Order: sequence, then C-alpha cells, then structure tokens
Amino acid sequence: MLKTENIQFVRNAAFSLQNINIDIKKGEIVSLIGPNGSGKSTLLRVIANLLKPEEGTIMIDGKNVHDMTKKEFPKRLAMLPQMHDHQLDLTVGELVEFGRTPHQAKFKKMSQENQSIIDWALEVTGLTHMRNRPLPSLSGGERQRAWIAMAVAQRSNVLLLDEPTTFLDIAHQMEVLELVKQLNEEFGITVIMVLHDINQAATYSDRLIVLKAGKIHYDGIPQCVLCTEMFQTVFNIDAEVHNNQDGVYFTPLRRKRGNL
Amino acid sequence: MVVVQQKDEQSTTKQAHPLAKKRVWTIIILIALLLISSILSLMIGPVKFSMSDIWHGLTSADDSLERRVIWELRFPRLLIGMLVGACLAIAGAILQAIMRNPLADPGIIGVSSGAGIAAITIMIIFPNLLNLLPLAAFLGAFVTALLIYLIAWKGGATPVKIVLVGVAVNAIVGAGTNALMLLYSDRVQAALPWLSGGIAGVGWSQFNMIVYYAIAAIVISMFSVKHIRVLRLGDDVAKLLGHRVELIRFCLIVLSALLAGIAVSVSGLIGFVGLVVPHILRLIIGTDDRYLVPTSAIGGALIVVFADMIARTVFDPIELPVGILLAFLGGPFFLYLIQRKGDERA
Repeated sequence: MLKTENIQFVRNAAFSLQNINIDIKKGEIVSLIGPNGSGKSTLLRVIANLLKPEEGTIMIDGKNVHDMTKKEFPKRLAMLPQMHDHQLDLTVGELVEFGRTPHQAKFKKMSQENQSIIDWALEVTGLTHMRNRPLPSLSGGERQRAWIAMAVAQRSNVLLLDEPTTFLDIAHQMEVLELVKQLNEEFGITVIMVLHDINQAATYSDRLIVLKAGKIHYDGIPQCVLCTEMFQTVFNIDAEVHNNQDGVYFTPLRRKRGNL
Repeated sequence: MVVVQQKDEQSTTKQAHPLAKKRVWTIIILIALLLISSILSLMIGPVKFSMSDIWHGLTSADDSLERRVIWELRFPRLLIGMLVGACLAIAGAILQAIMRNPLADPGIIGVSSGAGIAAITIMIIFPNLLNLLPLAAFLGAFVTALLIYLIAWKGGATPVKIVLVGVAVNAIVGAGTNALMLLYSDRVQAALPWLSGGIAGVGWSQFNMIVYYAIAAIVISMFSVKHIRVLRLGDDVAKLLGHRVELIRFCLIVLSALLAGIAVSVSGLIGFVGLVVPHILRLIIGTDDRYLVPTSAIGGALIVVFADMIARTVFDPIELPVGILLAFLGGPFFLYLIQRKGDERA
C-alpha cells in the first residue's frame, strides 16, 4: 500500500539517506527506530513529501506521490509533524475542521458530510466534549489527541506520526499510543511512526524498521528485531532482551567501557 | 484502557465558541466608538459645531462656514484617518501572523520607512509624478518587506531577530532619507510635516488618491483571512494539508506592503498602529484571524481618528502631528511587550 523504491536523500556531506526500500502493507503499524541523527524523522518527512528525495519514488496505493495533486495527497496520507505551536489559539473543533480543507470545495461552506466526519473524528479520539475548548487550555496528551483528530479527519488511509509522545508523561504517552492502536484496529489505518522508546515501539507495532546513519539495518517483527546483536551494532549498548506473552521488551545494561 | 473516557458529559456538539459573545460585543463597541469619535472630530476644533451644523455642512452645497470647514477640511481628514488606521492595523495583523512574531509592525520592521523613502523621492525629486505616490510607496514597502523576510525569516525569525533587522533596515533607509533631504535641501519643506507622520492639511485630493487602493486592499485582506489562518498551523501542517505555503506567505507580504504603502503615501510615517491595535484586540478576542483582521481594521480606524482629534485640539493652537502622539503612546507599549516576551522565554 505504501512503497518506497530506492530513495536517496542527501542533506549534506555528513548525512544522507541511501537506498531506502520499504514496502508497508495495509493496516500495519510500523515504527522507525534508531539513534539520534539516524534519519528516522528525515525518512518520515521524505515519505510525507515535505522533503524532496534526490532519487527514488514513493508510491501510495500504487500511485506515484509526485503525480498527485496538492489536494489529492492529503486525502491519502496524513501526518503529524513533531513541533506544534502550543499557543495556537484555536478550539479543538476548529483545529479538526482544518483536516477537512483538502476535501472542501473552494468558496463553499462546510458540507454536511464534512461536518459529520468532524464529529466522527472528535468521537473516535474522545474529544467530543472538548470541542469548544481552546487548545492552550488542554493537557499535553489532550492536545496531542486533538492534532491526531485533525489528521484522522483527513480520512486518509496512511497516518504518519513523528515522535507523537515527546514531552508527554508516561500516562499521556500510553494514552496517545493506545489511541493510535485503536484507530489502526477499528478503521484499518496504516500507521508509520517515529518513536524514541524502543519498548513502546515493540509493544505497539507490528513491525520495526531500524535505521542507523541513513541506512536501514533491520526490518521485521519486533521479536526478530529486538536482539542483543541489534543493540550492539545500532545503539552500541549491551541489552538484555526478554520475552513474555505480550511480546518482547528489553532492558539496557551498562554501556561498554572504552567504546564510547 | 486508558483512552476512552468520553461521554461522561453530555455531548455539547453545537455549543457556541467560548469567545463568541465577546467577539460580537467587541465589534459592536468598536463601531460605536468609531462613530462617536467621528462625530466628535467633526464637531471639535478651532471652530466648534453642533450636530445640526455638521448635518448642514455635509449635505448642503452652499458657501457657509459649516460647509467650508466640515466638508472641505474635517470630513476628508476624518475619512483619510479611518483608511490609514485600518490599513496600518491590518498590515500589522498580517505581518504578525505570517512572521509568527508579535513584534512585527510595518513601522518597527522598516516596511514603512521603505515606503517613506520611495515617497520622499517622488515628492522632492519627481514632484510631477505625484499621482504615482501610492504606487511608489507600495514598491518601497514591498522591497523592504521582501528583504526583511529573506534575511530574518529564512532560518526562523525570532522576535529579537526581526526587531534587529528592523533596526538595521530603518537605519539604512533613514540614512538614505537624510541624504536625499540634504541633497535637495531647497525642496525639503514640502516633505517635512509628512515625515513626522500626520494627516494635517489633507483633503479630497489625497482621499481620491488612496481611496480605491485602500478599499481594494482592505477587501482583499478580508478574503485572505483563511490563508492567514492556515499559516498559523505551521509550515509543515499547512503543506501536509495541501496548501502552497511559500506562495501564500509571499502574497500576504505583498498585501501587507500594499497596505502599509497606501497608509504611508498619504500620512507619512505613523508608527505603532499596526503593533498596538492587533495586540490589544488579541488580548480581548483571541488570535482567530477571522475576527482579528476585521476588528483590527475598525480598531485602527478608531485609534487614528481619535488620536488625530486629540493631537489637533488639546495642544491648541499648535497642531501636533498624530504620528508623534501615537509614538508617545505606542513606544512604551512596545517596550512593555518586549519586556513581557523576555519573561516568557526566560
């Protein structure tokens, strides 16, 4: 459903994405993980058409992204970038309305259909009763949910999230990730996200893609990707990997001495 | 599950916006105040008139004192004050939105002085091209706005950076203006009152010069509101929603330069209207540009009309240029904003 072929993106002499080939199936939750500066967010931005790759193509539903019109692209892919303006003076409802702008005819009022999709987006994110609350008055988790609601209102099949849990406390992190999982399960939305917390990524994803220095090092289900060798080669740490009935998680051991 | 805890309150889907009442009242009060100030400014002056005198002056075409003072002097001045104030305040509101910067104002960041130098050039070097004054002022404003945008915005415009660039631009343009005035010192007299910013002595000819430009620019501004709102979401989100962010921002810069140029071409360098008006209104009705831009227009008209009335009557027999009075009010307000912004960032 979403496929990248041979993506090459050069930011500068020190960093480039090379040879990125990923094929993401419909309904998958895929997390991009890797050390700082490994190119996770860059890759996400390339997929979202915010950065133009030097080479390679991105196909969504079999259609090349570069052949899509400005209005068509957001109907197929929604993304939540990392930095938001916390002082943005909109109510939750007004923010979510923006998610419908790609679907809106010029110079026309919001259609009935658009209205009901906004209602739906607010409901699935649990924000119906906060519709008229201004964003700055919300907690971090609620605000993140409001942004997700806006992305969901685009009614795209693909949702990209760039570190959706940053700056949130653990309870709000869970709240956001549970919401993502719920959207994926109930509506079959394909999710690609960058996560810092590897355990969370393993818990909530069907698949992990591990990047280092602009290259894909591992790509597979969490049980295959999380292994002591991966932590050594990619993150340069020793880790213990545990399995239980819910999946797989790791605990870091002390860093190798003399290998800093 | 942690997430789903809604529906504990009854669904209040179609409830009004929390600021809805305030917004309506603000518009009503602003219009009322503008009306009162307008009437007062027609009444007050070296010659005082009653309401019925004003009516007589506006409607009859005889050669009475009312007619001459009200129709020929005070009324065009009032209308020009309104247009200038509205243009400056909208320009400020737009610049603040697109630069995401509360300190952006056509005067502070140098757009007005860019318009000014172009206008002065016309006034003292090419006085035969005087009817192109608004156009020249617009071009001057546009070039400086673009310059500031390129220098300060690319790579992120912090409030401090914007102000510093403004200081630099103002200094350069100011030097250019001074040089022009020295080189053509014999003709400077014509431009002098204009420099301190005021609408003393303006009449129907100036009104006719700007009215079409001004109304067109104000109407376009009202239609641009939805684009301004999109930019507030941030470049990434706006792009992801399919908007041409760079194009929108460029057009809005052109628009704000046009607005500032129109104002400058007739009133000279009136500062701080574009800073103070949107700011005060934002404190009252919030940042939603659908309300902020129109209320700024009314508020800007109000403040210039009111300040001009004060400036020409309180210090009687001296007529103070309204720009000086506004600078006395706006300067401290600007310092207050900087100091408050500093607290927030710290």
